Amino acid sequence: MTVTAPDQAPVADAPKAGATRLVDRIFKMRELAILLVFLVMIAITQAGNSEFLSEQGIKDLLLNATILVLVATGQSLVVITRNVDLSVGSTLGISAFAAGTYLQGGGNPVVAVLLAVLLGIGFGLLNGLLVSLGQVPALVVTLGTLYIIRGIDSIWVGSRQITAADLPGGFVDFGSGGISAVPWLALIALVVLVATAYYLKQFGSGRELYALGSNPEAARLAGIPVRKRILAAYTFCGALAGLAGALYLARFGNVDSGTGNGYELTVVSAVVVGGVVFTGGSGSVYGAALGALLLTSINSVLPALGVNSVWVLAINGILLILAIAVDRIVALRVANALKKRNARHG
Amino acid sequence: MTHPSDTGTAPVLALRDVSKSFGAVRALRDVSLELFPGEVHALAGENGAGKSTLIKTLAGVHRPDAGQVLLDGTPVVFHGPGDARDAGIAVIYQEPTLFPDLSIAENIFMGRQPRRALGRIDHKATHDATAQLMRRLGVELDPDRPARGLSIADQQIVEIAKALSFDARVLIMDEPTAALTGSEVARLFGVVRTLREQGAAVLFISHRLEEIFHICKRVTTLRDGAWIASEPLEGMTEDDLVRRMVGRDLDELYPKQEVTPGETALSVRRLTREGVFTDVSFEVRRGEIVALAGLVGAGRTEVARAVFGVDRWDAGEVEVDGKPLVNGAPSSAMAAGLALVPEDRRAQGLVMDMSIERNIGLTGLRTTVKAGLVDRGAERSRSLDWAVKLQVKYARIADTVATLSGGNQQKVVLAKWLATGPKVLIVDEPTRGIDVGTKAEVHRLLSQLAADGVAVLMISSDLPEVLGMADRVLVMHEGRLTAEISRTDATEETVMAAATGRAAA
Repeated sequence: MTVTAPDQAPVADAPKAGATRLVDRIFKMRELAILLVFLVMIAITQAGNSEFLSEQGIKDLLLNATILVLVATGQSLVVITRNVDLSVGSTLGISAFAAGTYLQGGGNPVVAVLLAVLLGIGFGLLNGLLVSLGQVPALVVTLGTLYIIRGIDSIWVGSRQITAADLPGGFVDFGSGGISAVPWLALIALVVLVATAYYLKQFGSGRELYALGSNPEAARLAGIPVRKRILAAYTFCGALAGLAGALYLARFGNVDSGTGNGYELTVVSAVVVGGVVFTGGSGSVYGAALGALLLTSINSVLPALGVNSVWVLAINGILLILAIAVDRIVALRVANALKKRNARHG
Repeated sequence: MTHPSDTGTAPVLALRDVSKSFGAVRALRDVSLELFPGEVHALAGENGAGKSTLIKTLAGVHRPDAGQVLLDGTPVVFHGPGDARDAGIAVIYQEPTLFPDLSIAENIFMGRQPRRALGRIDHKATHDATAQLMRRLGVELDPDRPARGLSIADQQIVEIAKALSFDARVLIMDEPTAALTGSEVARLFGVVRTLREQGAAVLFISHRLEEIFHICKRVTTLRDGAWIASEPLEGMTEDDLVRRMVGRDLDELYPKQEVTPGETALSVRRLTREGVFTDVSFEVRRGEIVALAGLVGAGRTEVARAVFGVDRWDAGEVEVDGKPLVNGAPSSAMAAGLALVPEDRRAQGLVMDMSIERNIGLTGLRTTVKAGLVDRGAERSRSLDWAVKLQVKYARIADTVATLSGGNQQKVVLAKWLATGPKVLIVDEPTRGIDVGTKAEVHRLLSQLAADGVAVLMISSDLPEVLGMADRVLVMHEGRLTAEISRTDATEETVMAAATGRAAA
């Protein structure tokens, strides 16, 4: 495009990497912005209630976020490929109960966790196969598996319930223990998060997830094994939902057929608030994790500030829409900045 | 069938008696092709002749139903685009296939990034290799910049860099010049020549015949999926080539009828949209074809959009038959008898997943809707009527528009608007990307419409088309109307001088 009017003159005479740096900055800002909102929120709460950031307070914040961070990390991979997995709540629920049943019968905790992860992998594979081979929109397919898995769960579990009393003491202690303010569970989530982020950035197959979410047709023409990658993303997502199920069991010690009901919506909110673009190709797992931290913290912040917790859902909704609005505005700004750069090169 | 191998070397890539069908459609029938190192080979044929299928067969996207793909004389089977790429075949598709969210460097090396220990990507090496490619191509593009927002020309550059990055032995280019300006085409041809000198085989597709003659040595012609000829271009004329492509003598490409203009139908006075175009005034009379020429980005499409009411204007007025139009109201423009055939038929002209009949019927809903329901019978007969008049080639009128070739899609857009019986027809790049045969038909149609008393405003970047079809040429430069040239005075030089802002003749 040629510049058609004088008022579209270039913004600055930055060197040739100017626009790129701007773009970089904006994307880093996107994660920074969530962190900032989070810190401000915590600071205000602390100012209003000095008990809030006690050692136990911090531990609770982290514990609450852990499970959502894990599931949101898996979900991010799927969303980056321009798909979605709505069955994560059901998978979490059934994995938690399976691990619990096994432990109830005197099983080894490590095997129990592996069992939950394997179950998650199984359902992830199912989703991945249906989406990648069936050529059916992921939203519909995983809505279907959401109900199917929940259905199986309900039939199997019935009105049974697993409580902390049924579980080995060490397992429950592990669920609430940690190094001073940092819970073991949060450390597990952190390790998974960092490893996933590293994989996405440093490995070819990780970058290919972004590529196929950004332009599926181009990905196919570039020789990327599209189906294999989508299958892998769903399997990973399922595995983390399974792992989250086992950790849920350790943390709460209480599982029934309704566990994880509706959780998928919280997960998707966290991912989107965290800046993973729903149309694929863009976003980071760190952003998603921050989104999860922000959403779960609101649950603790409002009571601490004396606000009725019925507002939590509404505030989550506002954050979600705000995040999407911000993304849209940023996208337009970036597009304009890049266009102006083009104009200068004529 | 002849297989001229006067270069004395063996073909690097060849097709032997390849056939490919999609359902009942036989896209390729016993087609053979040989690409020699160091040679630029043209692939000619009308839209729908099977060129795209042939390319995709070479690129490993499609597997032939019968026949063989030969690499260095050995039959190979490509299981996917990755296999073809690994064999050294690079394809630049008509529509750039980039990842908008990823950087230019990642776009170029996706799937085969330089690695360091443990299979991790070497980001620095990727960046440096990209920077080097950009220098080699003589362009200033930052490797770390995302592909989103790149101009079409720059997107093509990235595609070419991709091909260069793995030292392609075969480069296939599907209409790489369709959206490029003159200097960009020259730059592209420079790259093609370098590749040729390095011994690469190039397969070149273009609807611009002069480009084929300019850069290619031999040509293979396809018609309706069948191989027609493979021959040297030397000694051939453009007419010879066109005859091969369409299988008959082409009627005159610009069948302009002489019409005495009637009264003013469209009058645009001092139209301004801030920052886009300024103080644009012109008139189009009944029976006249007025061309709106200028460089891409001069504001021509924007003027058309404002006149039709898609965008608002900030100052000025538009009248049809002396009656002013409401600012920013396409319904007012349509009611006044204005029709706009947009530039981008896929995005703005058609609902790709809807049937031919429903697409044509969209503009007639006011007449075919009874008691709030569409009278499907009336819609069908109206659509059939126009599809036949414009000789749209389709299997069933209920087929989706997406199944048609580009030229036929354009005819459906035209049918859709002609069905409204317009007094003023604005066509934006009516023949971009469509084959010569259909192009001549579109020109004949426009000429006929003008003869019937329709005022036609034609936006076109195709200079021969402008000179061949227009009674008057309006030229825009950077948002302003810089010249009005009569048919007798219009030459390539006068129009280009005004379009580039040099002192008008």
